[in-house]
Amino acid sequence: MTGTGVKGTRRTGGLNGRLLGLYRNRALYLLILPAIILFFLFTYIPMYGMVIAFTDFKPALGILGSKWVGLQNFRQYFASYMFTNTIRNTLVISLYTIAITFPLPIVIALMCNQMYAQRFKKTFQVTTYLPHFISTVVMCGMIILFLSPSVGMIPKMLSAFGVKIPNLIGTPKAFSSIYAWSEAWQHVGWDSIMYIAALSSISPELYEAATVDGANKWQRMLRIDIPLLLPTATILFILRSGSVMSVGFEKVYLLQNSLNMSASETISTYVYKMGLISNQYSLSAAISLFNNVINFALLVVVNFISGKLGDTTVF
Amino acid sequence: MTANVHFPRRRRILKTRGDRVFDVLLYGIAGLMMLITLYPIYFVIIASISDPAQVAAGNIFMVPIGVTLKGYRMLFGYSQLWVGYRNTILYVLVGTAICLAVNIPVAYVLSRRDVVGHKLLTAYFVIPMFFSGGLIPTYLVVKQFGLLDRFLVMVLPFSVVTYFIIVARTFFKTSLPAELWESAQIDGCGNLRYFFSFVIPLSKAIFAVIALWSAVGQWNAYFNALIYIHSEELRPLQLVLRNILISNQMISNMTVGTAAAEAQRNTFLIKYGIIVLSSAPIMCLYPFVQKYFNQGVMIGAIKG
Repeated sequence: MTGTGVKGTRRTGGLNGRLLGLYRNRALYLLILPAIILFFLFTYIPMYGMVIAFTDFKPALGILGSKWVGLQNFRQYFASYMFTNTIRNTLVISLYTIAITFPLPIVIALMCNQMYAQRFKKTFQVTTYLPHFISTVVMCGMIILFLSPSVGMIPKMLSAFGVKIPNLIGTPKAFSSIYAWSEAWQHVGWDSIMYIAALSSISPELYEAATVDGANKWQRMLRIDIPLLLPTATILFILRSGSVMSVGFEKVYLLQNSLNMSASETISTYVYKMGLISNQYSLSAAISLFNNVINFALLVVVNFISGKLGDTTVF
Repeated sequence: MTANVHFPRRRRILKTRGDRVFDVLLYGIAGLMMLITLYPIYFVIIASISDPAQVAAGNIFMVPIGVTLKGYRMLFGYSQLWVGYRNTILYVLVGTAICLAVNIPVAYVLSRRDVVGHKLLTAYFVIPMFFSGGLIPTYLVVKQFGLLDRFLVMVLPFSVVTYFIIVARTFFKTSLPAELWESAQIDGCGNLRYFFSFVIPLSKAIFAVIALWSAVGQWNAYFNALIYIHSEELRPLQLVLRNILISNQMISNMTVGTAAAEAQRNTFLIKYGIIVLSSAPIMCLYPFVQKYFNQGVMIGAIKG
């Protein structure tokens, strides 16, 4: 079924030209048809399915058959004590994590860029990327094992120095720290790749000129590397801000236990529990829609501010 | 475009005292970071072969004590784990094949500016990156299609990944010259033939990148299984791991007949052992395929 129609790259305008173009490339449309269908079924239909947030959804009645209740589900969420709780926990965990995992990859990239011992540099990179490939389940398993009171590696090690720590995994206050620092351990190396790539495109002449002018390594880093990383950092920051309100469900859910629940119930775990465990479909959909809207709004706002300050934007 | 562009070694015009201090600090901190990264991994390995009583007593730091392979022996006899392993391998193979078959053509078509509807198609695939239906509506759709608790649900419904498409599209845009298509056309080559005999052979790198991302994603996937898979025969490795590592489910099942204290002691062997067994394949493979991962991230970084 190779194209047997008219060939040539001459652009023809107008409706006929378009139809001709459609016909000429019909094989291409055929190739992407599976993706279009899959995306439609499992991504676009669920978008429409969000309507259930405004209904009292009963699976037997279907989306259109269920009773329309307007904003009642949202009101129910806003009025419940879980509202402030989930939002606060989500924000605390999320902002804490960003505060650590956003700057660290930049630091690692800057360090890499200053290493002239190529072998060492390579080893350093391979090593710091490694934990990225540990699965979330295993990561959480390790955290729980390492922190388990009295027998875990970390309490044991600290007690060798005379420091006694409580059962951290059961301490609500410690939850965000555990989450953020383990996240850093696992991903900062990997996240630095983008910055390392950006740095490697800096022309060596720039450094040479600076060296001739008497700049030492520290000054070269401050005056050359950091300013040149800013655009990349800004883009990544904007994209990151679009997910401030969605902390990774998997990890929080796995680290959660009855002791730390007051600090670990986030919006996404609550959506999961409301929806699939208590079967309150409409309420759950309402919460996740609310979350979605806030995320999107944050993305737009940060993008706008960044556009005003510098001129790096995503859109 | 690799991460390690080798700068020509600069002549040492002058190395100030500040530079020397800088270097000492730099390599010192880097060494410390490597230690912090590697030690927990190393600890898991030695703890998995050490006498569990010694692990619990906190005597294991640098070398294993009372080496035993008992944990691994117990794990080899635990069929759940191997069922999970088998399932995950199947999900990885089938899922990756589907992922490539679905995403690569889209990326190629979106890279062709002469395709009618190019902008519309791009929007169609990019919008869900910023807005999605969320858990419950998606769950309901999957349920409606009768895909709950089916093999297919792990490999098919969510195989279209916008990020993969964007990365591959950028690759096609930058590495396939438009002239190639033009001259192929003049020689009477149609779209399909061009795609299969030119685009695919010329794009091995991007195939490798997407395949690896997809495979690692499938290997580590847990969320979809948690929601859509209920029967034991279909459980992927990560779900089995979760039951053992987090919910402590199997320890009691597995050690029926042995004394509770004995079972409790073996917990460490089993848990550390299972971490090693489940992570080893990816960790061992990774250094060899690392350059493809880097490439992928870099291609993605160049916005097209």
